Amino acid sequence: MSHPLFKTVPKEEYFLPGTPACPGCPAALGLRLLLKALGPRTVLVIPASCSSIIQGAYPKTAIKVPLINIAFAASAATASGIAEALELKGVKDVNIVVWAGDGGTADIGLQGLSGAAERGHNIIYVCYDNEAYMNTGIQRSGATPYMAWTTTTPTGKREKKKDVPLIVAMHKIPYVATASLAYPHDYIMKLRKAARKKGFKYIHLLAPCPPGWRFDSSKTIEISRLAVETGMWILYEIEDGEFRLTGPSKALIDKSKRKPVELYIRAQGRFSHLTQEDIAELQKVVDEEWEWLKRWFEAK
Amino acid sequence: MKMVLTGNYAAAYAAKAARVEVVSAYPITPQTQVVEKLSEFIEKGEMKAKFIRVESEHSAMAACIGAAMAGARVFTATSAHGLIYMSEMLWWAAGARLPIVMGVVTRAMAPPWSIWSDHCDMLSLRDIGWIIFFCENAQEVFDSIIQAYRVAEDERVLLPVMVSWDAFQTSHTAEPVNVLTEKDIAEYLPDRRPIPYVINFDKPFTHGSLCYPDKYMEFRYLIDYSMSKAKEVIKEADEEYGKLFGRKYGGLFEEYRCSDAEAVIVTMGAISGDAKYAVDLLREKGYRVGLLRLRVIRPFPASELKEKLSSRKIVCVIDRNISLGRGGVMGVEIKALLRDVPVVDIVAGIGGRDISYVDIIKMFEKALKIVESGEIPEYLWYGVNVEYIKKAVGEYYESPSI
Amino acid sequence: MTSRRKIEHELLTPISRPNEGSAGLTGFWRVFKPIIDKNRCKKCLLCWLYCPEAAITVDEKGYPTINYDYCKGCGICANECPVKAIRMVEE
Repeated sequence: MSHPLFKTVPKEEYFLPGTPACPGCPAALGLRLLLKALGPRTVLVIPASCSSIIQGAYPKTAIKVPLINIAFAASAATASGIAEALELKGVKDVNIVVWAGDGGTADIGLQGLSGAAERGHNIIYVCYDNEAYMNTGIQRSGATPYMAWTTTTPTGKREKKKDVPLIVAMHKIPYVATASLAYPHDYIMKLRKAARKKGFKYIHLLAPCPPGWRFDSSKTIEISRLAVETGMWILYEIEDGEFRLTGPSKALIDKSKRKPVELYIRAQGRFSHLTQEDIAELQKVVDEEWEWLKRWFEAK
Repeated sequence: MKMVLTGNYAAAYAAKAARVEVVSAYPITPQTQVVEKLSEFIEKGEMKAKFIRVESEHSAMAACIGAAMAGARVFTATSAHGLIYMSEMLWWAAGARLPIVMGVVTRAMAPPWSIWSDHCDMLSLRDIGWIIFFCENAQEVFDSIIQAYRVAEDERVLLPVMVSWDAFQTSHTAEPVNVLTEKDIAEYLPDRRPIPYVINFDKPFTHGSLCYPDKYMEFRYLIDYSMSKAKEVIKEADEEYGKLFGRKYGGLFEEYRCSDAEAVIVTMGAISGDAKYAVDLLREKGYRVGLLRLRVIRPFPASELKEKLSSRKIVCVIDRNISLGRGGVMGVEIKALLRDVPVVDIVAGIGGRDISYVDIIKMFEKALKIVESGEIPEYLWYGVNVEYIKKAVGEYYESPSI
Repeated sequence: MTSRRKIEHELLTPISRPNEGSAGLTGFWRVFKPIIDKNRCKKCLLCWLYCPEAAITVDEKGYPTINYDYCKGCGICANECPVKAIRMVEE
């Protein structure tokens, strides 16, 4: 049965149902859509993370493309080795994709990511960011947002969120982008764009986690949408050094079009301890981030 | 073709002859010349290979693993802190059954910083499923790396191999080396077969996912099983190398003047050369002594060593390493084999402290005295600055009691 | 040469092959079951798009069909349906 949707999002599934993922899991959906965007000639390199479990336990796997599991800090380097070997052997038209969590990207994996980006291997690195070490039980990572509850920041994180996309962008790679599951066409477009370019590409996907962020499993897409609508998550791409906002974030450069961050904050149990003053502070932080981006955007 | 090469350069020439396809390495003294030479070969177009200039040793091994899974023949080299830093990934390489060959220049661990040789770094990784070779000189480094690929890629083995050699004494000391070319060894070492698996898109698989206790143990058994089969493969590879190229090393260990020896000195690595000279001098003095140079540390040649050493009157093991709190590593492993033979385990040369043939003669004569006295300690230290120890802790024991 | 036994190389190391139900019949996890009202359904397939389990397929007529063997009842499909054609019913 054909449907216009299948033109951009193929019907074929490379993600098989019945996985160990939590109900409503954004990593599962993110991976499912990634495989639709990139197709079967894709090698996945997955470091220790929720996805190590979501794929299922030996001897079954839910994933219908080659998948190499690897140690926590090693994903970017392993992908580098695969990329160079396949290139040497003349294997063309393949995607080598790292699918890593925020822990394996912003913290323990940052060195490897930086090295691989600087060397410029032909790899697409996708970080699915659920903003904590979720697989081990919701401990904070460098990507955990300011004030969020985690099991290791029970009264709220004191530090700001590490901005990994901009760190990677400073390696002067051909493509950096952010994405949200509420805008799947934007996400898929960015994956396909990355696949067409040569060099090191980085995509950072927000992955709202129902058990970790404390919201009902039916709201994963809703939270992904609110993140963008309130301006807390900005959809952009930096293509060959040129910065542009994408999707609904384009209009949100106008502060009046942004929904108040309070809507996003009050929808998640991990922020339930925030006072009105805290929320006001967060609103200020978000507005300042947009102002900073505007200045950079205009300067370019 | 004969060239004057250091151990490090010999390693690079061997990787070249072995038609290595991906090199992924990070510099560390005293390995740097290995990777520098390889970069030169690759950039000059003399080697059809890729060099990944990784940002750490951990990434070096990760990249080797990725490249090997994609079907390439890979090589890397490291030492001491680099080796230990990458040790997490060394476990991965063995568990993934990848035929990776790595050069290890044995060097002392910090603190304090030392660039000189002892064997603690490499020996601390003897449990993890890597086959371990230890070379005496540059020629053996060259030959062993080629043999290592042959052994690693054999379907009865499919395990990674560490080829070790001493810092500076072997790595930086130049000797005449018979260098073979890619053409010379092509028949001895054919192209790598796509086993045990290679990433492919027609029949995709997942590697290394979660495994419950009901299925895990078999993978470890299979590594152990292949380790035991590897002994045969190592001996065969060495024999055939000897037939084709005129040089062999006795397979798992080398014997020097052991056939009628009542006493055997056991060594590893570069000091074996000095030990052979010491053996000659001791023979002149009338001792019926021989040298056994351990060439393969894993798989440990237990039955072979038991057979060779059980009939001796005394075995003197010189360990250029210490398993802190237990004794010299080879002393402990060899004692476990021999019930009725007195084994004197001497720990010496740690941190690169020199062991000359004079020291070896002294150690041997001391061992004889110890055996005569009937009181053999677990192990004893040789060459320690007693005054310094006395200043530090008020007393000195040659053999700490354990 | 030692005698050669046949070695199954792939069994030496943990290699998994693609299979449905890698965690079993996850339909048993459900508390609430999504039911699609075909009368209201406009066949936009957003539910198919957003299902994190790939537990929704599309039939010959273009209607989304839920695979109850694996559907975990997360409720995303019901929450995202633009015409509220999916009800979450307690099982």
